[in-house]
Amino acid sequence: MISGKVWKYGDHVNTDLIIPGRYLDNYDPKHLAAHAMEDLDPLFAKGVQMGDIILAGRNFGCGSSREQAPIALRSAGVSAVIAGSVARIFFRNAINVGLPVIICPEAGRILNNGDIAELDLGTGTLRNQCRGGEVHFAPLPSFLMDVLGSGGLVPYMRRRLDPSSR
Amino acid sequence: MVAKTFAQTVLSRASGEAAETGDIVNARVDLAMSHENSALVLRSFREMGGQRIWDPRKVVVLFDHRIPANTIKTAEGHKEVRGFARSSSLPFFYDLGEGICHQVLPEKGHVLPNMLIVGTDSHTTTYGALGAFATGIGATEMAAVWATGEIWLKVPETMRIHLRGKLPPHVSSKDVILHIIGALGADGADYKCVEFVGDTISRMSIASRMVLSNMSIEMGAKAGVCPPDRKTYDWLSQRTLQGCEPTFWDHSSEADEEVEMDVEDLQPQVACPHQVDNVVEVRKVEGLKIDQAVLGSCTNGRLEDLAAAEAVLRGKKVSRDVRLIVVPASREIYIDASHKGILASLARSGAIILNPGCGPCLGGHQGLLASGERCISTTNRNFRGRMGSPDAEVYLASPETVAMSALRGEITDPRRP
Ligand code: SF4
Repeated sequence: MISGKVWKYGDHVNTDLIIPGRYLDNYDPKHLAAHAMEDLDPLFAKGVQMGDIILAGRNFGCGSSREQAPIALRSAGVSAVIAGSVARIFFRNAINVGLPVIICPEAGRILNNGDIAELDLGTGTLRNQCRGGEVHFAPLPSFLMDVLGSGGLVPYMRRRLDPSSR
Repeated sequence: MVAKTFAQTVLSRASGEAAETGDIVNARVDLAMSHENSALVLRSFREMGGQRIWDPRKVVVLFDHRIPANTIKTAEGHKEVRGFARSSSLPFFYDLGEGICHQVLPEKGHVLPNMLIVGTDSHTTTYGALGAFATGIGATEMAAVWATGEIWLKVPETMRIHLRGKLPPHVSSKDVILHIIGALGADGADYKCVEFVGDTISRMSIASRMVLSNMSIEMGAKAGVCPPDRKTYDWLSQRTLQGCEPTFWDHSSEADEEVEMDVEDLQPQVACPHQVDNVVEVRKVEGLKIDQAVLGSCTNGRLEDLAAAEAVLRGKKVSRDVRLIVVPASREIYIDASHKGILASLARSGAIILNPGCGPCLGGHQGLLASGERCISTTNRNFRGRMGSPDAEVYLASPETVAMSALRGEITDPRRP
């Protein structure tokens, strides 16, 4: 179960907004986190707390293939992204770095900025802890849940590639 | 037997299964490309315990985004990847100087029709112009590809875009794709394989087709392909590394979505800030003053683009209020354009000519915008902050529109006398 405070955004939040190109020469996750969402919401990086959740509209993460986008969010403390739809490369990158992404067009109906959302990835349930309300989403395919469960693609692959674990 | 879509055909072959739309298949990759972010790939590869690259002949690594290195951090990244490429004897490592990945790989003969290509760059879709199924992935995923040569992929739905008619003078494939993105929206082709077909495509050069495939990602497409024809094989015959038998597609497959468009009356188009689908006809925003004009990128940095811009500027001077930055997409293009006198002519008109590469496109170096400034560019993204200050504006247009606007100092329809 994941729960956290909601940061709500609109449609088409692109990867340049999530982490601008000018910060990409430094791969340090803390540096990326310090500039997360900077051009969209300058208050985000200062205010985000461990476990917070991003709620967005359509096409979240559109744009470049930069994996630094989900890394910036994850290392800023974000525990999950919920969106109406998600651009495909962002979706893959997020799972691969261990950041759960949920596609749930209904979520915006029950959750507002600052609410506490409660998320059950296994059953596909999303609740508003503050004001009530519950919606459902299709859980991720089991092999992607495995990747997330391992903490991302690196630990997942480490097991797969390790001859002693075969 | 029901004809298969292009996506089904390639992914069936690559996975060894009869791949149906919506299936998730485990596919073997034919070509894996990564640029500067190879430093990130390498980090994940080592953390995974990767020992050897599964097939070094199927891997291309090159630098194009920040070349020559703009910061010490970038230089360190280059150095690390360079060292790795040498120590693992990667046969296809192109150090800085060759140009943008999406131009260099086709030029050097790495791309063939029907290949499955993944690259750590969203504009990997460009290779679709030669009939490859090519899509972008992230760095960690590429590390897994380096280790295993495999990737999971969902077989996408197909959106077939029929383009009919002859393009009017001064209207180019950039105007076509901007118009399509404007009409369908930034997620209009989300997760889909877009097939561009019709007589307009047959008439287009390979370079013009690359513009369409390149910008398919700006409407969310997983791949954007043009069916190979004679032109494709003629183009490839001068470059390919391996012999390749021409194969042509069966067009009778059923698409999930069909779009029809007549281009005969198409007007020059421009994408306004800060979204690529915010598209209007150039004449609607004529007169907006500009501070910078950029001609280049994996979208429009090819010889025909430089030539089209030079034809507009020949013998004239760009406005004294405008910085015109020209970036040939590759070394080959740089040399060709220089032999033809195009670079000298552009320089005489006042252009600043940069080394082949991404240039200012991604806002890392070489021509960043200050707050309040406005730029018109042949690149592919106008997101807030993309080319420098978040308080700058970027408009996207064709090479001719950019050249004409640089000349006048304000956004201008290229057909103005
Ligand atoms: S030219 Fe621009 S869009 Fe193309 S690969 Fe380089 S940074 Fe990306």
